[in-house]
Amino acid sequence: MARKTPEINSSSMADIAFLLLIFFLVSTTMDVDTGIYKKLPPIPEKTQEKTNVKMKKRNLFAILVNRNNELLVNGELIDISQLREKTKEFILNPNNDSDLPEKQVKTIPFFGDVMVSKGLVSLQNDRGTSYETYIKVQDELAAASRELKDEKAMQKWGKKFEELDDEQQKAVRKYVPMQISEAEPKNVGGK
Amino acid sequence: MSKFKKDGKKELPEISTASLPDIVFMLLFFFMVSTTMRDVELSVSYVQPVAKELVKLEKKDLVSNIHVGVPLRKFQKNFGTEPRIQLNDQFATVKDIQAFVASEREARKEELRNKLTTSLKADRYTKMGIITDIKQELRKASALKLNYSALQGADEN
Repeated sequence: MARKTPEINSSSMADIAFLLLIFFLVSTTMDVDTGIYKKLPPIPEKTQEKTNVKMKKRNLFAILVNRNNELLVNGELIDISQLREKTKEFILNPNNDSDLPEKQVKTIPFFGDVMVSKGLVSLQNDRGTSYETYIKVQDELAAASRELKDEKAMQKWGKKFEELDDEQQKAVRKYVPMQISEAEPKNVGGK
Repeated sequence: MSKFKKDGKKELPEISTASLPDIVFMLLFFFMVSTTMRDVELSVSYVQPVAKELVKLEKKDLVSNIHVGVPLRKFQKNFGTEPRIQLNDQFATVKDIQAFVASEREARKEELRNKLTTSLKADRYTKMGIITDIKQELRKASALKLNYSALQGADEN
């Protein structure tokens, strides 16, 4: 007579599985990476002659950040909280001020012939500037750019910039260009 | 009525726990699938800066990380307390970045190589000097897509 094989006690199976589960719970990182996305300019090729583009002073929005994390914008000491408004004013130039950038007529799909600012934002920092300040400045500039785009998108379509389709986004981007140029690093102030 | 008559002798049957492992395994598989293991052991500590205009980094496999921060206490004897660069598992200098970018590219499929993004995870109190150097090296290595890693800050409005 065949003996009955005793059933294997599987009650500890749950414990084993729990152990594994807890291991994975602990070792899990589910966070998403967030950050400010930037595209770096490529290194200019050596064969290419250095084109020293002279810009009119009124077209340049020069932001200097020193080692004490103070901002100098076009020769004026300002607080970082003012930066966003200043940038927007610079790009828009609502009253066609002679100190603010020139505009040129451009044909842009959806908008037709419009005046587009020739302004350029230039950002220069010291080696002693703190990273936090740098990120803040970048953040403010990005915020200014987004607000301008939202404004234009609202006027035209009554929607936010993000909600537009690709073609429309492209047009808005052309309308309010936000060029940020970061000067080639200068070695001032040491490490 | 005898149908409902309680049989005094009969005990309450135990709830079968046989399906418990299955439930737990299901949870387990969920976490296994959704897990991304911490790929490197951090030897530097950093607190990322706070920003508002953030972009989510998608496709984690196309991101290579550069950590910049103060060495952990156990390394401070050898590496000091100034912010240092960490690539993969070890401390590195600015000069190693180009080789690092090259090896990161090598590890990806050919068609994805130009989609590689570098995520710069730096401490908020780092000086810009070291960051500028890194940026220059990345430019030289033509790894132009850069993400300044930052945390979501409180919105002011």
